Amino acid sequence: MELRKNYFADVRKDDLHEIGQPRPRSDSPGHVTGKTAYFADRSFPGMLHLKMVRSPHHHARIRSIDTSEAEKHPGVVRVLTAKDVPHNVYTILILIQIGPEDETVLADGKVRWKGEAVVAVLAETERAAQEAAAKVRIDYEVLPAVFDMEEALKPGAPLVNEYHGQNYYLYDSGECRKVRFGDVEAGFAGADHILEQSYQSSPIEHAPTETTGCVVAPEGNDRFTCYTNTQAMFFTLDNTSIILQMPGSKLHFVGGTVGGGFGGKVDVIVEPIAILGAKLTGRPVCFIYSREEEMQISSPRAAEKVVIKDGVMTDGRIVARKVTGYTDAGAYSRHSPYGAQKGAGHYPGPYTIPNVWIDTYCVYTNRTPSSAMRGFGVTIGDFALEVQMDKLARLIGMDPLEFRFINAYRDGDMKAHRQPTEGAALIECMQEASRVANWPVAEKYMAMSSYAKGA
Amino acid sequence: MAKVPVQFTLNGSEKAEFIDSGTTLLNALRDKIGDTSPKGGCHQGTCGACSVIIDGELRLSCLTLAETCDGAAITTTLGLAEGGVMHPLQRAFLDTFATQCGFCTPGMIMAAKVLLDHTPNPSRDEVIEALSGNICRCTGYEPIIQAVLRAARANSQNAA
Amino acid sequence: MAIRRGRGVAAINYPTGMNLGGDPTQALVHSTPTGNFMVTLSSVDLGQGMKQIMAQICAETIGVPTDRVVVDTADTDTGPHCMGTFASRGTHRAGNAVIQAAREARQVMLEVAAEELEVNASDLETDGQGNILVKGAPQKSISIFDVALSAHFKRGRSISGRGMFLIPRSYPEKETGAMKPSTCYAHACTVAEVEVDDETGEVTVLTVKNVFEIGRALNPKMVEQQLVGGSWMGISHALYETTEPYYPNRDHGGTDFNQYLMPGPGDLAETKIIVLERPSADGPYGAKGPGEMCANPQIPAVANAVFDAVGVRIDTLPITPERILRALKAQAAN
Repeated sequence: MELRKNYFADVRKDDLHEIGQPRPRSDSPGHVTGKTAYFADRSFPGMLHLKMVRSPHHHARIRSIDTSEAEKHPGVVRVLTAKDVPHNVYTILILIQIGPEDETVLADGKVRWKGEAVVAVLAETERAAQEAAAKVRIDYEVLPAVFDMEEALKPGAPLVNEYHGQNYYLYDSGECRKVRFGDVEAGFAGADHILEQSYQSSPIEHAPTETTGCVVAPEGNDRFTCYTNTQAMFFTLDNTSIILQMPGSKLHFVGGTVGGGFGGKVDVIVEPIAILGAKLTGRPVCFIYSREEEMQISSPRAAEKVVIKDGVMTDGRIVARKVTGYTDAGAYSRHSPYGAQKGAGHYPGPYTIPNVWIDTYCVYTNRTPSSAMRGFGVTIGDFALEVQMDKLARLIGMDPLEFRFINAYRDGDMKAHRQPTEGAALIECMQEASRVANWPVAEKYMAMSSYAKGA
Repeated sequence: MAKVPVQFTLNGSEKAEFIDSGTTLLNALRDKIGDTSPKGGCHQGTCGACSVIIDGELRLSCLTLAETCDGAAITTTLGLAEGGVMHPLQRAFLDTFATQCGFCTPGMIMAAKVLLDHTPNPSRDEVIEALSGNICRCTGYEPIIQAVLRAARANSQNAA
Repeated sequence: MAIRRGRGVAAINYPTGMNLGGDPTQALVHSTPTGNFMVTLSSVDLGQGMKQIMAQICAETIGVPTDRVVVDTADTDTGPHCMGTFASRGTHRAGNAVIQAAREARQVMLEVAAEELEVNASDLETDGQGNILVKGAPQKSISIFDVALSAHFKRGRSISGRGMFLIPRSYPEKETGAMKPSTCYAHACTVAEVEVDDETGEVTVLTVKNVFEIGRALNPKMVEQQLVGGSWMGISHALYETTEPYYPNRDHGGTDFNQYLMPGPGDLAETKIIVLERPSADGPYGAKGPGEMCANPQIPAVANAVFDAVGVRIDTLPITPERILRALKAQAAN
């Protein structure tokens, strides 16, 4: 890595002692000696293992659940179903008033995705828990499922989630989050060229080397200590408190040393049920995802569809941009309504465009609920935007890098969501990229600055 | 369930345990003996985080039954430092900032140690080959490759 | 049939934090009797190095070496609230809270030193090595060790501080979408070079040259870790990763590391990382969040390079050999 101190030297003081120094990481000696304690490195005498019985169907009504054979299995201590969970229907972002509560800790009457948790088995050993889980008998009535976002949005599509009542998240702005800036239709009407293109991704897994999990120990004082690899301590504690209807003062969460997160450990999934298990048995409990659960059960990055329509002039100016984004939330909200909204705030990208129209939808389908991942709400949008930029440049016969200089945002430019640009540095990044990649652009672009025009 | 006796040396000390037949070496080390330096990233032999050295060979402890290790000499990352002084590989991982979350690190160091024990001056390709059974999701691998090459250089300088 | 070369570029920005949800983090700082400093947080270190960076920020603000700071984090019995580690917010939000707490602690420290030295606190400065000096008269000084002892056992002062950083929640306006999603943005531009085998559809990324603007590289070696790893993940996303290869078909999802593909150590592109620093107005020492955006520009840069190489657009991720071959076939048919 090379630091290029010549850029922005006029707005930066390099007079610091500790900041900017490549000090050794204080946690590395623990990592290289094998002494760093991750949550799963703690175990307690008498610890029980929790295994989930999961739905084999994408969408089904649960007619009945028979746990009697599982309960008789040697080593089984307790079997939990929906009726054991005090506040079974929850949603993570209720803490910041993004409802409705739409997800069950353990499925109650219905499953909405293949892999949804239905019954939790607590046993003396992992093997006993697994064997007993296989003995739980669930009678399902399979229902039609919908996997395609466009199909899900059509009238008459199977309803994925009754708590929403329709297959999209209802924002205060309606069926999508909207951004309206300028007059996009007038922009298209005056453009030399119009290009409308569609981009698509599929779910992506965080794949941390340490799977999601927790270890819970009941303390002697009616409190529960939960060792967890959550990315958000109080998010998890407060949601657990709601789900278990247990005062937060009874809960003690210890974490902060995580074997990779990338956004995959911000959901509150394993902790509430493990603490409930510890409460109902009085025993320590561990609930750790298998690699298969991490890959197919834990929330992935959402699949997205992005449709971009641009009006561009032959001189390189983009004069209008319309973006319609669809985020595939899967069966439940988790963080997806937020991610779709974050996308609305991100488009039309780091470019100054006078006429912008953005609609972002959060769509429910019968698949593994998606959630946050590194670049949440933005990564796939950037793929779409930047491929579109390349296509536009070629459409008008312009160098793709020069085309970006023409449209790059600079300090003071008004963004589509009506915030003036501050602290821009896109132009300088492109100038340096031009140099290091030996991708020459015209001198006038190398002379540009992100600072406000005329400043 | 009938317990099976198993005896081996772990980082030079003798260990004797009664285990359930079918217990993996990973679980025996972590749950019975308390050496948690091998990590369980997949329990199916695909991530390398559980790697240990058995009689000089790199092995996946999650796919090794503990009862097959009777009489073996087992080394884990926890046993590499001697007298509080880190092994050159550990030092090199520190110096090259080759750890981020650290979860894959003990397995990486085991794989690297077996490489350097057999091939003190490996090529870059040999290092890559040696690490190819270990998954790292944070670093992009390059700093880990650099760490192993650095440790090899340090070894050869000490030997010279 | 041939191996064809191409290159592509992409430029991006990325918001720091989650203003659309309200975004608070708190920190507490206190000194021990011998002048070491404890930072107490509930922020989570995912491997990015939160603990180390908060120690450096506290040390810089108090005016002591980093190794005199210990970070105690992610215990809800002791650490004050943090929203969490996501949305590129950790360093920015927690860093600001630590600065505020450390400033308050520093002020008490200087007041105690002023009493010991019989000068005004405003006339004192730290040397960054553990001493407090009178400005312009550095021979008149006291060690922080002695100041802390005095505070604890003689003056009855608590050298401590509280920090709270909150960016108020922005509610998007219903009709126009007017909102403030972030207070600062990181930037990047990536140029990727690829080889595409037009017989097998296989893509090899030869080089990625990444320029990142991140506000301030608080610890350059740790920034490098994030950026190198992120660049690798971006390439991995572009070419390999999916849990549903035939989305929206739900079948064929990989369940382990054999089926879920990522580049291994033998598949690395030659990677160049350049860092620019335009300090952000509200970042801790100007820092922005680099951890997420560093994995974004490689994806479109690789996609554009594939087009440059073989003249087909793959607008569906990941850019698999199958998709390239189907597109080449369709192109040939036209």
